[in-house]
Amino acid sequence: MVVAGGQKAGTFQVLVGKIDDVLQYAIGDPLRYLANWGRLYSLWPVHLETACCSVEVGAAAGSRFDIERFGTLEAFGSLRACDLIIVMGTVTRKLAPRLKLIYDQMAEPKWVIAMGACSITGGLYFDSYNVLRGIDDIIPVDVYVPGCPPRAEALIQGIVLLQEKIRRMPTLSGR
Amino acid sequence: MKMALESEYSPDADRIMAVSLGPQHPGAGHFRIRLWLDGDYVVKALPDAGYVHRGEEKMGEYRNYIQNVPHLERPVILDSSNILFAYSLGVDELMNSKIPPRGQYLRVIMSEINRIISHMYFIAIQGLFLGHTTMITWCMGDRDFWIDLGERIAGARVTFAYIIPGGVRNDIPDFAIEKGLKTCDWFEKRMDEYEKIFYDNPMVHQRSDGVGVLSRDDAIAFGATGTVARASGLALDVRKDEPYSSYQDFEFKTPVLTQGDSWARAYVALLDMRESVKIIRQALKGLPQGPVRLKLGPQPRVPAGEVYSRTEAARGEMSYYIVSDGSPRPYRLKIGVPSAKNLRALPHLLRNVHVADIPVIYWSLNYWPVEADR
Amino acid sequence: MKPTSKASEPATPAPPQVGASPQQAKVPSNPSSAAAPVAPNPDLDRAKDIAGRITSKYPGSKLEWVKPRRLKVSVPLGIIKDVAFFARDSLGFDHIGTVSGVDWIAKSSLEVVYFVGSTTPGQEGFVLALSESVPRDDPVVPTLIDVWRGAEYHERETHEMFGLNFQGHPDQSHLFLPEDWNDLPPLRKDYVSPGR
Ligand code: SF4
Repeated sequence: MVVAGGQKAGTFQVLVGKIDDVLQYAIGDPLRYLANWGRLYSLWPVHLETACCSVEVGAAAGSRFDIERFGTLEAFGSLRACDLIIVMGTVTRKLAPRLKLIYDQMAEPKWVIAMGACSITGGLYFDSYNVLRGIDDIIPVDVYVPGCPPRAEALIQGIVLLQEKIRRMPTLSGR
Repeated sequence: MKMALESEYSPDADRIMAVSLGPQHPGAGHFRIRLWLDGDYVVKALPDAGYVHRGEEKMGEYRNYIQNVPHLERPVILDSSNILFAYSLGVDELMNSKIPPRGQYLRVIMSEINRIISHMYFIAIQGLFLGHTTMITWCMGDRDFWIDLGERIAGARVTFAYIIPGGVRNDIPDFAIEKGLKTCDWFEKRMDEYEKIFYDNPMVHQRSDGVGVLSRDDAIAFGATGTVARASGLALDVRKDEPYSSYQDFEFKTPVLTQGDSWARAYVALLDMRESVKIIRQALKGLPQGPVRLKLGPQPRVPAGEVYSRTEAARGEMSYYIVSDGSPRPYRLKIGVPSAKNLRALPHLLRNVHVADIPVIYWSLNYWPVEADR
Repeated sequence: MKPTSKASEPATPAPPQVGASPQQAKVPSNPSSAAAPVAPNPDLDRAKDIAGRITSKYPGSKLEWVKPRRLKVSVPLGIIKDVAFFARDSLGFDHIGTVSGVDWIAKSSLEVVYFVGSTTPGQEGFVLALSESVPRDDPVVPTLIDVWRGAEYHERETHEMFGLNFQGHPDQSHLFLPEDWNDLPPLRKDYVSPGR
């Protein structure tokens, strides 16, 4: 083991390393739990409408379904403050580079919900010349919400599933 | 690059700042506007569409006339019955089929329900862009009553796929008639409240009166249709001009305003909904008996020919140009959508306006990018 | 294979409306109008009248089909702008509906069709389709923006979808297709979608 000074690791450094482990076990878990608990009830989505599924997102954000009850905030923040991107349907070849750009600008940790058949496999548009067959090729997806369009309840279920995933996230920093 | 409006504007290069609004922007979803700003004023704006272009017209050539139904309603998911209505009229005309009266009435009912659903979304987002939170909360909630009604008739939440070539997919259940009449009564009272809280609101008047004025002559020259045209004093309404599908049986007016500004464009939508409620009530009460559709089979034989069919959708004139060569699939399927027809007015209206007025003007055109791009 | 000419020969397809179609006369099984062998249809007559005014003024132009409230006139290359001005100023067709292309690959020609509505009182329901055909390997047509300004984006779309070149158009960059599209124009018949 080589430490910062360049000398061979002595007993002291090894001991410090051990203390780190001990600390990790002693307070890391509660700390991680606390941080993730905070994250999962304040998901901040990006406002990026990609296609017709956005109508159902609008309905889900409306007064009948009200996804804010589940801890998803209004989609009016800056990209740098966002940690959730709901891909609302078809991603075309023109939009794909922009989607990647938007995803790269978001701060870690960040999550992706692929909503609608189009963003999962291309859906109805499997033989269209301008549509991507699923968004997995450009950004990693955490939760798939199938449907065309998925009902607002299905989107809410997807968000609850994502929260379950965040709760169990093994590290503090995300991926 | 050459700009479309070069002849109309030659901005002074040093002071001008180029800004891209969208596609990731709350004021312009699915859509980008390239702006050239001089301080707080817009000197030039060019729309950049195509973020949702899915090639519907090419796909239409690969599918037969019945297979085309589901994907054709996706572009206008807010208004899904009306885009299929024009398509069905076109195919019916090619096949020379005569729709049973009950089917015609049901088509009208569904089309008007969809018009209300679409206009509610329009007003809701217009409220949002004007900073009027009550309107989006109310309208998004109330819109769901109409969606529920549509769901009771057609079985799906927003993609009804109800109007198909040859009639409608299924009959209306009796309890839906009852619920429809109740919803009409309730909604008429509700619209009075909208008028009080939104349209008579001094804040809304201040922010949208005289903002983005489209004159009547410009509306004609740009080919504007629907709410945009009717707010500029252009009395165009396909339901009146060529009464299709029993529209001549109903009593309704075509609301026309002359101000041509953002407020008028939003108000025309409310007046439209009042007429729609009237039509739905008349149609539900006078629903004739009989079958609702013709038996076409999964792959109808459509004779060769050409047709140009139009309907009045929520956003304006929806038209189809179908060329058939006698094969099971269309040879050419052109969808003329109202949003694309109104798009030319946007760069014209976005000149010499404040940056803060852009979302209001943009949304007041009732522009739905998914529909325009197809 | 030429569907356009076939359409005009048989009984003119009746519109799907029930109440508003005195045009059903040619279908003998229809009891309501069987009494009168040829029921008068003012909409059809008016459309024919409009067509007659165009074809008599411009001898090269040809009436493709006429239906109640609809007519399609094809004009030879070169005079479409004159016809368009005539239709706008003298016939009242001033409201552009849409512009479409058709790829007739068997005839090796591209057709561009302008659908023009009207705001003249009493004529709102009428739509004039004005078309011209160009060879597929040299598709250059004049732009009609000076006649109907609203045609600008429709022509731009037709340009990218069919590769038609509109001479005099201020901006023919891509409107709907991605900026880096370098394949055939997608709505041409010889372009095959990658999923197929
Ligand atoms: S999944 Fe369906 S509703 Fe969603 S974007 Fe695709 S076509 Fe539209």
